Amino acid sequence: MSSVTNHDERPNPDNLDDPGLSETKTERVSYLRAGHTLRSWLFTTDHKRVALLYMMSITFFFFIGGIAAAFVRADLLTPSADLMTNEGYNRAFTLHGVIMVWFFLIPSIPNTFGNFLIPLMIGARDLAFPRLNLLSWYIFILGGIFTLFVLILGGVDTGWTFYTPLSSMYANGNVVLVATAVFIVGFSSILTGLNFIVTIHKLRAPGMTWGRLPLFIWSHYATSVILVLATPVLSVTLALIAAERLFGLGIFNPELGGDPLLFQHLFWFYSHPAVYIMVLPALGVVSELVAAAARKPVFGYKFVAGSSIAIAVIGFLVWGHHMFVSGQSIYASAVFSFLSLVVAVPSGIKIYNWTATLYKGDISLDPPFLFAMGFIGLFVVGGLTGLAVAMLAIDVHLHDTYFVVAHFHYIMVGGTVSAYFGALHFWWPKIVGRLYSVVWGRLSAMFIFIGFNFTFFPQFILGYEGMPRRYHVYPEQFQVLHDMSSIGASILGIAYLMPAVYLYYSLRYGQPAGNNPWNVTGLEWTIPSPPPKHNFDEIPTVDGPPYNYPVRKEAKHA
Amino acid sequence: MNDFASAWPDAASAYASNVDLLALFFMALVVILSAPVFILMVVFATKYRRGKNADRTEPINRNMWVEVSWAVVPFLLILFFYGWATSLFIVHASPPSDALEIKAVGKQWMWKFQHAGGQREINELHVPVGKDVKVVLASQDVIHSLYIPALRIKQDAVPGRYTELWFNAEKPGTYWLACAEFCGTDHSAMTGKFIALRPADYSRWLAENGSDGSLAAEGEKLFVSSGCSGCHSPDAKVHAPSLAGLYGRPVPLENGDVVTADDQYIRDSILLPQSQIAAGYPHIMPTFENILSEEDVLKLVAYVKSLAKASEENLP
Ligand code: HEC
Ligand SMILES: [Cu+2]
Ligand SMILES: [Cu+2]
Repeated sequence: MSSVTNHDERPNPDNLDDPGLSETKTERVSYLRAGHTLRSWLFTTDHKRVALLYMMSITFFFFIGGIAAAFVRADLLTPSADLMTNEGYNRAFTLHGVIMVWFFLIPSIPNTFGNFLIPLMIGARDLAFPRLNLLSWYIFILGGIFTLFVLILGGVDTGWTFYTPLSSMYANGNVVLVATAVFIVGFSSILTGLNFIVTIHKLRAPGMTWGRLPLFIWSHYATSVILVLATPVLSVTLALIAAERLFGLGIFNPELGGDPLLFQHLFWFYSHPAVYIMVLPALGVVSELVAAAARKPVFGYKFVAGSSIAIAVIGFLVWGHHMFVSGQSIYASAVFSFLSLVVAVPSGIKIYNWTATLYKGDISLDPPFLFAMGFIGLFVVGGLTGLAVAMLAIDVHLHDTYFVVAHFHYIMVGGTVSAYFGALHFWWPKIVGRLYSVVWGRLSAMFIFIGFNFTFFPQFILGYEGMPRRYHVYPEQFQVLHDMSSIGASILGIAYLMPAVYLYYSLRYGQPAGNNPWNVTGLEWTIPSPPPKHNFDEIPTVDGPPYNYPVRKEAKHA
Repeated sequence: MNDFASAWPDAASAYASNVDLLALFFMALVVILSAPVFILMVVFATKYRRGKNADRTEPINRNMWVEVSWAVVPFLLILFFYGWATSLFIVHASPPSDALEIKAVGKQWMWKFQHAGGQREINELHVPVGKDVKVVLASQDVIHSLYIPALRIKQDAVPGRYTELWFNAEKPGTYWLACAEFCGTDHSAMTGKFIALRPADYSRWLAENGSDGSLAAEGEKLFVSSGCSGCHSPDAKVHAPSLAGLYGRPVPLENGDVVTADDQYIRDSILLPQSQIAAGYPHIMPTFENILSEEDVLKLVAYVKSLAKASEENLP
């Protein structure tokens, strides 16, 4: 890390009038110190503060979801049921899924980094609707409280997928309450998506044309479109489940004249695009990290930007690939299988373009880039194994096995969570104004990568060997691989905790970051770290393309 | 090699070996498509590491043709696999018409199987090797999924409809059978044995487990005891259609549609009679939804089916 440290900005320890050993001048006028009361945080409309509120809340939910995962992995150490009952196990993995999907993955990057960075990157003073932004956080918290409430009441046992008629008639957990929680949190997604779309359309600084937007913005734009169009379908579907469960309305249960497969169509019509809600922001982050690390424009800007939009659009047309063995017509299956291959093309373009970006780059091996490399590696594996399960005959065997579990964890945990940590390590100095230890950052990037593969790679093999998912007791032959996975999960768990320590430490003891510690392009790096309350004293004018690094014209000789 | 063989799960049918072959080649493609990324990433990160001397002049920032080619070429390769996988799937989805038929009912939390001769078993499925076998699946409650890893196949059992799964097991042996679709509390206990027997052993097994009658015969008993015959027999006082020769015939419905009287139609006629009324008959048939289980209904279907065969034989 190039340390453009401003030692002169440090308060003089000998001067007792100085307000504190740990505060720099920039910090004293930053958004962080604009109001110290709890009230000033809970009623803030500053997008940066709302972003931090989100960051704290999703970190909390990540922790809860992680504990549920720890229970699951601990139980799977042995083939028999010893730690939990069957019912307890089902509740544990359901909770893990529900919390991780709706209370961590979906809001993770957009609501923290999107919230924080979109106005900064396009040269605006806030989002288009600052109060709506705060409201969306409150709705999120309300949904979260509902979920915790269900947890205290004993949980729910349907899996995060809520398949009918299990969820609507047979399950004995608190299905309606959880459905309500997810229903509520959906509105938070919709409001955020709406806010981002309007902001990106209306609040770009002069000269910030569409072709000059950072790729992070393009991918958040695509994400927002999905948030706004897909989430209502989920809300309606959950409402229908509640109606069937509470009033016996025959929608999904055949005994009442309903159709159980209708639920799957509706659910996946939302939930497949939801995968892209989780992944597109991560792709945006990685584009930024790769360009910054290589100090070069992203190779093929237009293809990379366009591929985000293509993913968002085609992503709406592939939901049936979750239903190849459900009794869906074989023609429908053939079409969905084909479209699932098509949607992989834009993701492939991104991967190859990032690789090309590194060519002749000036590559720094700082933590953000290591996380980005980890992301690319895991996302490639996750994506290509996704193609494997999009192949009809292969999916008939692998559907609902650990192969699928491994596949989507590579995408959502290996991919999205790595990108989340990458973003955290890249923008942390901007957010808090302090530098953290890069050595520890590199170590945690490596441990996360290793722990992740240790946990999930064995699950591909388990799946091919026929181990079904959501199995509490299992045949003995699977134990070795399960144990490897559980050991890996403990490494991963510790690795996830590492950043908490050195980032927290940096808050107090880190060097002040200066405006642009990585020495990279982007409007967010032109202002002080942490940024002042209103971001820009004067709205900047943009006069060049993004990632406008100086190009070397002739060979440099040693 | 030995280790590999033991890690690779048993394949008990030719179809399963075909799936393995496809999967193996696909994994090779995965390696081919991802290796350049992994290798180049490491090479570039080393060669162009910051602070290291390297030729960084005139980097290129876009090249249409390169980009189009790395979008199109992998796609074409994958398309080849799409053709392969889809054709294999079509084989899997098209049971031969003369396959031996076994009925299966998924129920929280067990699998019940019924053979044509009336033999019944729970969480065990005995089949002959070298013969096409079709399992007709029904569910008594929620969605289950019959999964036989050694055959590389599974099929959901969906309440309210019949689904099918067929195979031709080659290697005699005992394999694992499971429910793959999460179905509630004891989902992971909904497992059993898939036992492929040599034809002679299978015949012996059938004989040893001989029941009081064939599935159709049990259906006939139910037909009387449940009161169906009161309306449907030729000498009944009410106006109800004769079921002889019904199976496989087109049936005109009151709403103008014409449907073929297959298993599903007969099932729905018994459990949801109001949804499909045969044209020209009064709406008097009661629903047997809460009276008959899916297994009973399967027996009745077998009986109605046997009536069709009987009436064909009786034709002059
Ligand atoms: C109260 C008299 C009554 C009883 C009892 C009854 N049915 Fe029916 N069933 C009818 C009538 C009338 C129809 C024609 C109208 C309709 O489709 O509902 C019919 C239709 C059917 C059909 C469709 C026939 C066609 O030509 O489309 C089937 C199959 C059938 N019944 C089977 C059964 C079975 C099996 C039982 C016993 C479990 C049974 N029924 C009991 C009166 C009865
Ligand atoms: Cu999907
Ligand atoms: Cu099950």
